[in-house]
Amino acid sequence: MIETLNLSHYLVLAAILFAISVVGIFLNRRNLIVLLMAIELMLLAVNINFIAFSHFLGDLAGQVFVFFILTVAAAESAIGLAILVVLFRERRTINVEDLDTMRG
Amino acid sequence: MFETWLFLLFGAVLLVSGVLVITARNPVHGVLFLVLAFFTAAGIWLLLRAEFLAIALVVVYVGAVMVLFLFVVMMLDINLERVREGFWRNLPLALIVGGIMVFEMVAVLLNRIYGTRPLATPVPADYSNTKELGRVLYTQYAYAFEIAAVLLLVAIIAAIALTLRRRKDSRSQDPSAQVRARREDRVRLVSMPSETEK
Repeated sequence: MIETLNLSHYLVLAAILFAISVVGIFLNRRNLIVLLMAIELMLLAVNINFIAFSHFLGDLAGQVFVFFILTVAAAESAIGLAILVVLFRERRTINVEDLDTMRG
Repeated sequence: MFETWLFLLFGAVLLVSGVLVITARNPVHGVLFLVLAFFTAAGIWLLLRAEFLAIALVVVYVGAVMVLFLFVVMMLDINLERVREGFWRNLPLALIVGGIMVFEMVAVLLNRIYGTRPLATPVPADYSNTKELGRVLYTQYAYAFEIAAVLLLVAIIAAIALTLRRRKDSRSQDPSAQVRARREDRVRLVSMPSETEK
């Protein structure tokens, strides 16, 4: 049993969450929506790391960075979803396999 | 001790909902589990004494971004069978990569140097996380804060510009064309001899 929580407990939790979202990207390679959600989970794991370091090292800079990461993540998901809507309107699909116009 | 139990509870809920996000058959359920994951993460942030960010996560992220996700997922009509092709085929590789990542990170993070205890300095009774965060944000990080504001503005404009669609059959006035119109375009004076009664 854990007597007192220390930094590594939070870091391990965030690491497991990050690994879960990597697994999610592998599993749902074709579903654009789940890919976006997995990226959100990754950012959440990173944010937990930042806040844990900020708490245990007694430095507020970590929380300021989480603030900016939240801003960028909100902008990213707004634009990502807008692109998704336009894509669906044009192609009637969000399957990544169907999006091969550029022959990449 | 109580805090430890809370941490274990929140951590378990967070990881289970994370797994359900990536395995949910229906994307709407996936988004709802993502909401649960964010909510629980806010609880963990409260344990780490980051009250302002925990509340901001719930209000801004769960309240706005996740609802936007939900709207979009509900609007799209997705062929679930096609999208989930290859799900089980990729599972072994995904589990191997994920397992290796967890093993490596845990092996590093359980090291002695990361066993840092919270600082021993006592927190004054009138300490406010929000106040301190605001003080740092508006002084030391003022430029970064302004850039973040501009970034949000750019994101608003980009999202609107991407999704704005005019109906082809709608009738509307074009004010600039109306203002540009001159008298000569509309009225033509014709000089002709006046007719006289016989």
